[in-house]
Amino acid sequence: MPGWTHKTDETVQHMSDFVLPLPKHETAVAVHGAAVHEHAPASSLSRNRVGLWWFILSECFLFLAFISARYYLLGLERPAELNQALGLGLSLLLLVSSLTAYRAELGAQHGDRRRLLRNTATTILLGLVFLMGVGYEWSEALVHFPPSEAFGTVFFSLTGLHAFHVLSGVVLLALVYWNARRGRYDSGSIWGVEASVKYWHFVDVAWVFIYPTLYLVR
Amino acid sequence: MPLVQAFVFAAIGGVFGVGVTVAGRVLTGREAWSLEPVVTVGYIFALLGWLLGIGVWDQWAREWLGLPVEHRQHRGWARYFAFTTDHKVVGVQYLVTFVALFLLAGLLAMLIRIELMAPGMTFMGLGTYNQVMSLHGIVMVAVAVATIIGGLGNYTVPLLIGAEDVAFPRLNALSYWLVPPVAILLIGTFFTGGLDTGWTAYPPLSDVNAAGQVLFNLAVITFGLSSILGGLNFLVTIATLRAPGMGWGRLPIFVWSIFAASLISLTATQFLAAGLMMILFDRLLGMAFFRASAGGDPLLYQHVFWFYSHPAVYIMILPGFGLALEVLSHFSRKPLFGYRLVPGGFIAIVVLSFVVWAHHLFTSGMSDALHGPFMVTTELISIPTGLVFLSALGTLWLGRLWLTTPMLFGLAFVFNFLIGGLTGIYLADVPTDIHLQDTHFVVAHFHYTIVGGEIFALFAGIYYWFPKMTGRMFSERWGKVHFWWMFLAYHTTFIPMFWAGIHGMNRRVGDYPAELGDVNLFISVAAFVMGGSFVVFTANVVWSWVRGPRAVANPWRAHTLEWQVASPPPIENFPATPVVVGSPYAYGVPGAVHAVLTTAPAHTPAASGGAQAEPAGPALAADSA
Repeated sequence: MPGWTHKTDETVQHMSDFVLPLPKHETAVAVHGAAVHEHAPASSLSRNRVGLWWFILSECFLFLAFISARYYLLGLERPAELNQALGLGLSLLLLVSSLTAYRAELGAQHGDRRRLLRNTATTILLGLVFLMGVGYEWSEALVHFPPSEAFGTVFFSLTGLHAFHVLSGVVLLALVYWNARRGRYDSGSIWGVEASVKYWHFVDVAWVFIYPTLYLVR
Repeated sequence: MPLVQAFVFAAIGGVFGVGVTVAGRVLTGREAWSLEPVVTVGYIFALLGWLLGIGVWDQWAREWLGLPVEHRQHRGWARYFAFTTDHKVVGVQYLVTFVALFLLAGLLAMLIRIELMAPGMTFMGLGTYNQVMSLHGIVMVAVAVATIIGGLGNYTVPLLIGAEDVAFPRLNALSYWLVPPVAILLIGTFFTGGLDTGWTAYPPLSDVNAAGQVLFNLAVITFGLSSILGGLNFLVTIATLRAPGMGWGRLPIFVWSIFAASLISLTATQFLAAGLMMILFDRLLGMAFFRASAGGDPLLYQHVFWFYSHPAVYIMILPGFGLALEVLSHFSRKPLFGYRLVPGGFIAIVVLSFVVWAHHLFTSGMSDALHGPFMVTTELISIPTGLVFLSALGTLWLGRLWLTTPMLFGLAFVFNFLIGGLTGIYLADVPTDIHLQDTHFVVAHFHYTIVGGEIFALFAGIYYWFPKMTGRMFSERWGKVHFWWMFLAYHTTFIPMFWAGIHGMNRRVGDYPAELGDVNLFISVAAFVMGGSFVVFTANVVWSWVRGPRAVANPWRAHTLEWQVASPPPIENFPATPVVVGSPYAYGVPGAVHAVLTTAPAHTPAASGGAQAEPAGPALAADSA
């Protein structure tokens, strides 16, 4: 095939002013040294943190879609048969679990393995009780507002979506527990703990919006 | 072989998922076999198996259990078929996969045009037409979403910002390896009753049609996941890995456009996943999201869907804008006009793109009160878009245009997108839209923005970075043949479509009134000619990749960082972190320097591939001599 060569016409020949000058070694190092202080590429920990926040923002939109479906389909309607005591109890349970998750992270930060283990276990336990509560709630809901009608649809999809997130949080915390037992957070990176706990808080905050959407409006 | 392992793991996962579903159904006293739930659960486990098998287990998941991970680095051809973390490999994987999909979906377009050559059903049945049209739609949407961002973006963004890789290299590999299951599922729709809703999957049809719909939904949700994770990776990469001195005010404009597009894919894509999940819930769990008889509302889907899918057109076109501006500046040998305003325009487009979705619903029966506000917000978008356009024109003004193949495609972008943008006004305005909705006027309009805009920009980018990615030069002569062939045939195809649409040519239907026969025959012939241009492209690219002459480091004499290292770049990109000291576009400014590359590493020890990396300074000097 002919025609490979690119034309090097005078347009190009005249463009010598954009060619980078050969840096003198000293100059380059000096520039480098100055620039590093104002703006160095981030460490892997801060990269991870930024990434987690973006991930949480993304997840918010998923919940937002289902929450807006509730208002779109039903406006502010809500059936009288909702088990208000159970709903309130589950919400309190989840809020308390955020506290224990926070204490677990604190334990990891202080290199206190026992505190980390104790609080992680408590958080997992609270998470599991929450899931059982949701299961019990579902058995009641199936009778009063099954998923084949509008309120049941939004109720089961929202609580189900959230319960799936709780379950994944429990799995993450179980991994934290497993690794903590083997002393892997005693020295060095506790990012695994930090990420799982932040995720747990997010799942908790998501419920803070879902609970009124299902139980409290009007 | 990681691929073999992936298939084996996927099969194990699939069998497990199917088993669990059947067992669960039997235990709860239902009929053992039901295709849709079995396929859904089976697929979820097969997907997990696939990902673990391809390399997530070996290189990643073991870490969560505290086990040592393998850092296998495949070499040569094998790395393209493995869980490889190098962003350059991932970029090439994306690019080759999606260009291949682009050509395949192009063949589907040819089938559509054969059917539409004459009125009446001449070549396939109405049902087959629906399937072909739907598959053409969804594959091309995936191509438009992923080719520039996943392919060119992955390859060039870390290079453009002076980084060694993306922020999360393993997540990047994961994003790519989520794609093959999508392709397999979409092919699978043919064997499960087909997909006949178009790519939009509107209920109530999608609530009740054949099981192919379930496969489609799973495929698109998987693709959405890939898109979300890819967007997240770009956001973190651009926010945290810029080289010293690479402030936000010095970012190459293509990087800015990827950042803006990633903001949309990170957030809005969740709404697409949500909408498709709602359909799945309706079908699999008997829910009532879109069943009006049980208190649901099909219009809810249109709102949720377009809350993603309108912003999604900006996922497609924003990187096109960035790419075109990038090329226009380098080949006009001029600084980018209005550099400071363009990122502002991008961000304004991102924000506005979230409040225009209901202009797709003007004829759907939604509240009339919403017509006015959505018409106004839609038209507001023309202001930031106009800024971008002005920047393109200002850059060209009095420039010394170097009319290479990439530049021709960049110039064509400006011309085509003007037509696409202006015809959009008639669709944003309620009175004209009510007449034009669902006609070929709409088809022509979005093909002008996405093909004429994004795909032309994509080709500009492919030709522009081809020497960098392959280390070979393409044939400039055949590149120009491709350009003129495609450009002329493209306009000949799509201009008459506006006319046909105004005269009542419906979209998504295989049959049409007899009096539109002539114009459709004309369009079809032009479309076949346009299809031929891609043969030239494919031949040129394949031939040049294998046999083309070696490319120098900087054949275009561009300022940006990726051209200051060898072609193709060494695995660690730069021998030492570059230091950015000025604008990337300071062409013709005496003494202007974009970056200083130290040949001796400052803090990192020389990596093994260092010998391959030519010192930047001497390479450039030799170039211009």
